Parts: sequence; structure tokens; C-alpha cells
Amino acid sequence: MQFKSMILANAEVSPGYWRMRMTAPPEFAAAQPGQFVMVRVNSAIDPLLRRPFGIFDVGTYVPAHSGAQPQPYLEMLYRVVGKGTAMLSELHETDLLDILGPLGKGFDLGPLEEEKLIVGGGVGLAPLYLLAKELVRQSRVRLFAGGRTRDDILCITEFERLGVECYVATEDGSLGERGLVTEALEKRLDLDAGNASIFACGPHGMLNAVAAIAARRALSCQVSLEGYMACGMGACLGCVTPGHHHSPETPDYRCVCTDGPVFDSVDLKWGA
Amino acid sequence: MKPDMTVNIAGIALRNPVMTASGTFGYGAEFAQYVDLEKIGAFVTKGLSLQPRAGNPTPRIVETPGGMLNAIGLQNVGIDAFIEKKVPFLRTVNTPAIANFFGNTVDEYVEMARRLDGIPEIAALEVNISCPNVKQGGIVFGTDAQCAFGVVAACREATIKPLIVKLSPNVTDIVSMARACADAGADALSLINTLTGMAIDLNSRKPVLANITGGFSGPAIKPVALRMVWQVARVVKIPIIGIGGIMTATDALEFILAGATAIQVGTASFINPSAAQEIAEGMEAWLVNNGVASVNSLIGALEV
Repeated sequence: MQFKSMILANAEVSPGYWRMRMTAPPEFAAAQPGQFVMVRVNSAIDPLLRRPFGIFDVGTYVPAHSGAQPQPYLEMLYRVVGKGTAMLSELHETDLLDILGPLGKGFDLGPLEEEKLIVGGGVGLAPLYLLAKELVRQSRVRLFAGGRTRDDILCITEFERLGVECYVATEDGSLGERGLVTEALEKRLDLDAGNASIFACGPHGMLNAVAAIAARRALSCQVSLEGYMACGMGACLGCVTPGHHHSPETPDYRCVCTDGPVFDSVDLKWGA
Repeated sequence: MKPDMTVNIAGIALRNPVMTASGTFGYGAEFAQYVDLEKIGAFVTKGLSLQPRAGNPTPRIVETPGGMLNAIGLQNVGIDAFIEKKVPFLRTVNTPAIANFFGNTVDEYVEMARRLDGIPEIAALEVNISCPNVKQGGIVFGTDAQCAFGVVAACREATIKPLIVKLSPNVTDIVSMARACADAGADALSLINTLTGMAIDLNSRKPVLANITGGFSGPAIKPVALRMVWQVARVVKIPIIGIGGIMTATDALEFILAGATAIQVGTASFINPSAAQEIAEGMEAWLVNNGVASVNSLIGALEV
């Protein structure tokens, strides 16, 4: 659906990373973890296209005036990477945004009895919080959060508050273990390779490594992808990603926006 | 009083002049939850070929100031899957559906025109001639007047449905292309297709698009499109469908003044999926506010 949303809060949570809360229609209560929204940063033509953002959280708040009823809200976690996100970061409470969503196919929560391993790289954590919120109701959840430095590790206390056991890895060692988040994941799996499934979102290199780890250990793994997209609804065909059997001779492209953004890792083609 | 918004394109009565552009509106169903399809004049489906096409590697799109480049590579489901999976939806909508198509050879164009001619749910055909002719060294049909004449004349023989020819702007003289297509039997012309462009990433020293070049669309191209519509409208007698960067009702009405009978909304639908409907409503409101009884009185009414 397409709606006008009012910004309730927009704050920098770590250098270069922002968290925005805005009003949402009641339908957002049913948003699946992993779904996304397309946000029009302003009504002018530069930037022209909407920007896709994973849904970080949904919930209800009670407006400040007396006798107010709880209203639904939506949150996004985003990184300022270019003109569009820079403009977004300059918006304030009560500013309005034009939003499409919730869009795409979210995570399949899977069987309750297994352990759930969530892997997030940097702002890739964005769609994983709502997922963790759902998963902790029924299952044991561990989060592996990675980044280059401590500044890239976001909202860990939020996950801890849910009862998620958090493992942090930074490439410069400024927070948690020094190294890649995938190494932290492997260490944990070496310790206990029981019945677990993996949910991951982050840079493509990280997802590639996570998919390989899952394949080696025959674990179920879902990944949430990013894609350059103009529309978010399967019309522009800009955001496609190669499916498992893709080759120049037998092409198999999937739309990140409508076939995903969450895919079973075995359904995609991964690099060597 | 409610103004008369109906226009006639090649014998098809449209409830208003607003159509959607091929490749920006899927096969119609994708937008049904955002647009009342029965509030727009017609919609054009994604370009079709005989065989399914996978399209180009990624990145396929990039944003530019006021526009975007795309190099999708004509990805489509192919005519067989179109008939099986997409046509049933067209039956449910009381709005003309126009099928855009292309081929690699004249024979393929003809076969496509013949196949589409047999689909009752299709009101008209729009032929994309901005494709390379693989049998003639890859020359783009729509950039050579003789080539364009040949392929359009051949399609004309293959269908009794209204035939719209979509012109490429990547030519020295758009008027000679328009004349050639009109002479070959086109019932209407739609223009412009995207302008060939490119984007470069300085830091990587590489082109941004995997295909290197792509089609430039969006509000940035409107002045070029308006100029071409105006030039063509002065010399051909068949109706013109104006396309190029239309974002608002004002943009649309400017194309009508320049000589277009109808317009297509393209890139705008990506940004605002209800753009086509909003533009149709905005045009009607403008006519009301300006005491214009019929949109037809604005066609080519530019005062120069």
C-alpha cells in the first residue's frame, strides 16, 4: 500500500547510522520480518527514485495528547551512503514521507525447536530485529553482529533486551572479537553443531561466506538481499539476482523485490 | 460541466489520453492494487518476444539527476507464457491493453505481430523498433529509415489490429523516421523511447551499468521528447502518443499542445505507482479550471 507517514523520531544511533520512527497504517501490524518499504525522500525529482529500507521494527505508541489511542508505528535503521539517505537524515519530527509497503517476501520462521542463528553485518542488522522479536517467542536465538569498527555495531542492547545472546566481531577489534562475523559464527557452530538454522543480512561477501558455511554443515539458511531497484514491485526488473541454476546459457534471474528480498540460500547462485 | 476527455487512437476509443509506457507497468496486474486501471485510457504491457528473454547482468539501473538509466535487456516471459499466464488478467479489466513487442529479425517481428493479432484481449500492438537487426549487421531498425519502413510494412501485413510504432530518439532526423513508419502503414506513432546514455564510477574507473550503456528516462528527458513530438506532429497525419519524462498533468498537457493525441506515463510509475491515474485526474481538473470543453481542442494547439 501507498501512504503518507509522519516522522516521530529520527536520530543518529552511531556515527553515520540513523534510526527513524514514523507513523504507519494498521496493516503494518502484520508486516513480516524481512519485508521492506520504499521511501520517497522528498517530492522533488532529485533524487528521483524511492529508496528501499528493511523494516527494523513495528509496534504501537500512545500519542502525547490526552485520551489518545495507541497508534501503529514503523521503524527503519539506515546508513547515510549518498544523497538520498543524507536528505533523509536531515528530516525532523512531524515531517511527512511518502511510503510504499510492506513489500516483498519475508523470513520463514521455521520449526520452533531448532536454535536460530542470526547474522548481521553493519546496517544489515536492519531487518533482523523484527525477526529476532518473533523468533524469541518460541526459540533460542543467538545474534552474530559484525562490522569494521565498533561504530558499525548497532542496537545490540535492543537485541539483548529481547533475550538474544549476542556475539560481536569487528575487523579492527574495537568491540567484541577481532575478525569477521563469519568466523564467530563458525566458532559457535564448531562448539555445538546441533539443530540450528541461519538468518543473515549484510554485505554480499558476508552472505556468500554464510551461505558457504550453511552448505558445508547442511544447515538451513535464509539471506536477505539488497538490490538497486526503481519500483519495488516487480515492474522495473532492475534488482534481479541470479538463481541457483543461472548461467549465460540457462538464465535464471529472480527479482529481489518480489521473489525476495529473503531467499533460501540454496536457491541463489553464489560466487566461488 | 465535465469536460470530454475521450480521444481516439487508430480507431480505439480511450476514456482519457493517459496510457502507461511499456516496461514500466509490468503486465498490468502488478499495479492493480495502486491504480484503478479503469481510470486510465490504456495500458501497454512489457515488451514481448517470441522466446523468453533473460535480460542483462546487473547492475541494470542507475539513478541520475532527474532521471535514470536502465539496461534491463528486454527481459520478458515470451509470447507463450504471456498468453498462458498474463492474458487472463487482461480479460478482467475494462481498459484497452496494448501489447508491445520486438524481434531480432523482420521474420520474428512478423511472427510476433501474427501471434498477437490472434489474441482478442489485445486492443492494439505497439512495435518497438529500437532493436538491432541481427541479419543486417546489428543496425538498429529504428535508426535507418529504410529498415524502419521494411519492418513496419511487414508487421502491417501481419495484423489487422491497430499498429503503433514506438520511435527511437537516437537518430539524426526523427521526422524522416516518422515519415517512413507512417508511409509503411503505421496507425499511430509513440515517441520517444529512451535516449542512449551512460554513467561512470570515477573511483572504480568502470561504467556503472554492466551493459555499459543504457536507456535514459525520467523528467530530465522531457524537453527532448517535447521537441521531437512537436517536430513530428507538424508533418505526419497519424496520431502521436507523447512519451518522455511525464510526471504531472501539466507535463502531459504540454505534450498534447505539442501535437500528441495521447501520452504515456513511464518512469513516473516507478516512483508513484498511481501516477497515471493522478495525471488523468489532474488533466481533467485543468480542463475544468480553464473552461476547456474537450481535450481534443488542445491537440496541437501550441501557439507559435
